[in-house]
Amino acid sequence: MLSVPSCSRALLCTAAMLIGACAQADEVQVAVAANFAGPFQQIAAGFQAATGHQAIVAIGSTGKFHTQIRNGAPFAVLIAADDETPAKLINEGLAVKGSSFTYAVGKLVLWSARAAYVDPKGEVLKKGDFQHLAVANPRLAPYGAAAMEALGKLGLSDNLAPRIVQGENIAQAQQFVATGNAELGFVALSQVAVPGKPQLGSFWLVPTDLYTPIRQNAVLLKTGANQAAAQALLKHLQSDAAKAVIQAWGYGL
Amino acid sequence: MSPTDWQALVQALRLTAELAGLTTVLLLVVGTPIAWWLAHTRSRLKGVVGAVVALPLVLPPTVIGFYLLLLLGPHGVVGQAMQSIGMDLLPFTFAGLVVGSVLHSIPFVVQPLQQAFEAIGSRPLEVAATLRASPWDRFLTVALPLARPGFLTAAVLGFAHTVGEFGVVLMIGGNIPGRTQVLSVALYGHVEAQEWALAHWLAGGMVVFGFGVMWLLYALNGRGGRALRGLSGTPT
Repeated sequence: MLSVPSCSRALLCTAAMLIGACAQADEVQVAVAANFAGPFQQIAAGFQAATGHQAIVAIGSTGKFHTQIRNGAPFAVLIAADDETPAKLINEGLAVKGSSFTYAVGKLVLWSARAAYVDPKGEVLKKGDFQHLAVANPRLAPYGAAAMEALGKLGLSDNLAPRIVQGENIAQAQQFVATGNAELGFVALSQVAVPGKPQLGSFWLVPTDLYTPIRQNAVLLKTGANQAAAQALLKHLQSDAAKAVIQAWGYGL
Repeated sequence: MSPTDWQALVQALRLTAELAGLTTVLLLVVGTPIAWWLAHTRSRLKGVVGAVVALPLVLPPTVIGFYLLLLLGPHGVVGQAMQSIGMDLLPFTFAGLVVGSVLHSIPFVVQPLQQAFEAIGSRPLEVAATLRASPWDRFLTVALPLARPGFLTAAVLGFAHTVGEFGVVLMIGGNIPGRTQVLSVALYGHVEAQEWALAHWLAGGMVVFGFGVMWLLYALNGRGGRALRGLSGTPT
């Protein structure tokens, strides 16, 4: 059994360690849109190296996070896949006014897992010798909405409608194409051009005049309003180091 | 609800009923011999087959769906075999959903049937055999009627579980209205899009349906059980 003095000394020690740790490095709870999970991992590592703060990351869809935050989820920062959700959260009084900013602009590509299947001008869409075209659900995913908009501007919506298969999100659309079940599909450039991984198949970078820019915004939530670490994270996301990572993963700024 | 919402709902409802109905019929046809074998075999393989049948209870449906997508797709073993004999690939088709649902709901049909066959035991069948009933006759006129409550449970659970099925359909369906967009996927879409009025209608409807089905099952099986006990003295 521990003697009383040694026990209280141990307690004091632990308390001192905890306080010390708290003063130097905090944890910040971040909700990150699934399409940005890869680059954010790198950015969070840089953030920890620079500030000592640690980002505790939850990955999911922006819409789900919106519902969770409205119902009391303890996130301090939301790194969304669109600019509408942060705006809505500010309107609802759940995020800090003026804290929303665009950290990345998503780029849409038409991708096939087969080499040389998608030509550099996207003519393959007009030729139409495919059975399935994968897109993310346009009602749920900004990349899906952008894909439908581009098809509309190309005048192909009606022709191709029967061949469209919808993934619940952009990751599932990518999966349909990667497994060959859909010959081609609209996905994010960040899914196709992953740094450090060989690039598979063939893709067409959809011209930006064919769809509304996919602005991805980050916002400081009410929970994090008074957390120094949360504010530091948003500042770090705008640093040159973070911007370099974001561009390397195929996003615009 | 707008007319288009209403139309989509009716379409999803019909598709779901067709999927669950067809899946249930197929499962009863396929599941009965498996359950019969599991109930009567002394083979060392019994444990393995029983475990394989129970596997969908353990695996997350999205995992089953993902492997089906790989297996049934153009690079998968099954997909390539189907293509080589000139059949269409299964992902993104109604037939594909049927295959996925059959695999996913199999324990809900086989296990009640197996329990029903085991509960009958060998005695009524032996008695029938002494009366010179052939094995087929014994199965049709002794085992099947005695196992009726088991068949009812199996059919209702198979149907209800397919109605509630989500992960597999999400993975291999492609959310195509009128072809693969069933109720559970439509409901998920409404929740995700934060169209909560529609979501409440669908979810509420499914809760009422689920309760109704389960209540019916318990009510009928209570009565069926008594009827069974009344009959058990006079098999044939």
